[in-house]
Amino acid sequence: MVIEHRPPPPPSGPVPWEKDFALKLLADMVRIRRMEEKCAELYGVGKIRGFLHLYIGEEAVAVGALHALTPQDNVVATYREHGHALVRGLSMNAIMAEMYGKQEGCVKGRGGSMHLFDKATRLYGGNAIVGGGLPLATGLALAAKMLAEDRITACFFGDGAVAEGAFHEAMNLAALWRLPVLFCCENNLYGMGTAIERAEAVTDLSAKAAAYGMPGLAADGMDIVAVHETTRAALARIKSDGGPVFVEYRTYRFRAHSMFDAELYRDKDEVEAWKTRGPIHTFTARLKSEGKLSEAEFLALDAAAQREVDEAVAFAEAGSWEPVEAMLRDVYSS
Amino acid sequence: MSRKLTYREAMREAMREALQRDPRVILIGEDVGRYGGTYAFSKGFLDEFGPERIRDTPLAELGFVGTGIGAALGGLRPIVEVMTVNFSLLALDQIVNTAALFHHMSGGQFSVPLVIRMATGAGRQLAAQHSHSLEGWYAHIPGIKVLAPATIEDARHMLAPALADPDPVVIFEHAGLFNLEGELPDIDGVDIASAKLRRTGRDVALITYGGCLPKTLAAAEMLAAEGIEAEVLDLRVLRPLDTAGIVATVAKCHRAVVIDENWKSGGFAAEVMARIMENAFYELDAPVARVCAEEVPIPYAKHLEEAALPQAEKIVAAVKEMFA
Repeated sequence: MVIEHRPPPPPSGPVPWEKDFALKLLADMVRIRRMEEKCAELYGVGKIRGFLHLYIGEEAVAVGALHALTPQDNVVATYREHGHALVRGLSMNAIMAEMYGKQEGCVKGRGGSMHLFDKATRLYGGNAIVGGGLPLATGLALAAKMLAEDRITACFFGDGAVAEGAFHEAMNLAALWRLPVLFCCENNLYGMGTAIERAEAVTDLSAKAAAYGMPGLAADGMDIVAVHETTRAALARIKSDGGPVFVEYRTYRFRAHSMFDAELYRDKDEVEAWKTRGPIHTFTARLKSEGKLSEAEFLALDAAAQREVDEAVAFAEAGSWEPVEAMLRDVYSS
Repeated sequence: MSRKLTYREAMREAMREALQRDPRVILIGEDVGRYGGTYAFSKGFLDEFGPERIRDTPLAELGFVGTGIGAALGGLRPIVEVMTVNFSLLALDQIVNTAALFHHMSGGQFSVPLVIRMATGAGRQLAAQHSHSLEGWYAHIPGIKVLAPATIEDARHMLAPALADPDPVVIFEHAGLFNLEGELPDIDGVDIASAKLRRTGRDVALITYGGCLPKTLAAAEMLAAEGIEAEVLDLRVLRPLDTAGIVATVAKCHRAVVIDENWKSGGFAAEVMARIMENAFYELDAPVARVCAEEVPIPYAKHLEEAALPQAEKIVAAVKEMFA
């Protein structure tokens, strides 16, 4: 398959959801967008340091997929996980304080942007080793199956992870042992700065599932309706079959890989073309055309997101530094 | 009342007991099921506990060790068997970057109650890719605990506290010890925090662990015949290292030799020596010496393999040089 670096045609057809649900998902995409725009700004003024990987452009994937899960399901994510953490239910305050390195952060300032964890919402990272979370997800699913717990483990990873041994080993075991894992590949066409066709012998990632006898689905990751409906179908399949399902979400990041990336590997026209397919404004336009969203409603949810961001920044600013004497804490549990 | 059994039987008993006691305990690894374990540690387990709990895996260490980590996070108590430390390098990412860091990176929210067992060491003419001793690398990593049972007693009793520990524990079993036969004293258990004296003496402290323990004890007997009474300290736990135990034997004997099958450069013996310098320098009557593996990938040929490894004679020679 020749990789087309142009975006697919815009989504069509009616949004098959009740207004409240549609607006909830739109609001979550806007919350991620506003939060991350602020993160970029805070990085610029030195409030956030380290590596910062923004999800801007990819919001439909986290929001659409995670809203198909239930609270008892497990989530494993990567270093580009602010959106997943937020949609999963972490407070924006705890996320922002973490990026500041404050002890009020969700992991007490020990992780920063790349290592957001939350036991209460079953978020198992925040993993900055490409592909490292995949075997973990297989193991979480093994535990759930053996302990007869009704939960699915959703594992998010990028297209870069697909070339790793961890991907193949984890997919193989999950299929061999018929474990309830949803493998969620966020294919944004670039592994750091290397385009997928320079890294993958087979660029149709959804086809790789066949190697393990696993259903492999693909969804337009810029269309939240496609993301959510495909995820629901995948989850239904896992529930009926017991075994894992692989879903490739074809998406695009509008920003650089990280804040250190000068983006010399792709041209601006490509980025601009994808921006016309941005998941927030296309969904907004669809809802408006169907009479499910007024301009006033949109402005209200955007303003709410902005308020939440302002409060999170204030919370993080007011946060405190963990005493250095406590540094050795939490290396061991006992 | 004590009874006689082999190291292999002791470890097998420990695993069987763990599987019987707690339904959350599972065994994952290469050939642990139908084959009965590559070293026959789990012979009969598949029939006794079934394929759900005794899980054969593909020869894919990264995947199955990582799966064990996830299973531990999810509420099971997995024992993951890796055939040899050489193969564990394929899983090093999962052990170091995930298992060891998870508790800390999650701000103390998640624990990984996992036990990883692997064979280590040379002496069976298996050549370089099946013979190395890399436990010192693992002992470098905060967030994991590293054990090296060298006796029947430790093989029998270290697994239970390792499984009860909320953190990942890596157990190195020297393949040269598997057929070792000995008396198992009638005890309730052992700790996984302290070193243990295996022989008392007054003239020199021989500090070792794992596969070098029997050789060191043999050296101590040879030295005794020449009038040098050596004390033998078995470190047993490489992380966290029992500094107090090391200092106590050095303070008593005033001379020390560290014996370790790791290579000398950057090896584990260097850490033990450094602890002595830091904590017991003024107790010393002579520079601390070490007997380690030669700086070579372990050769196949028997005479070369023997020459590459610490042996009782080498230990004796190192001690005598100290008294020369």
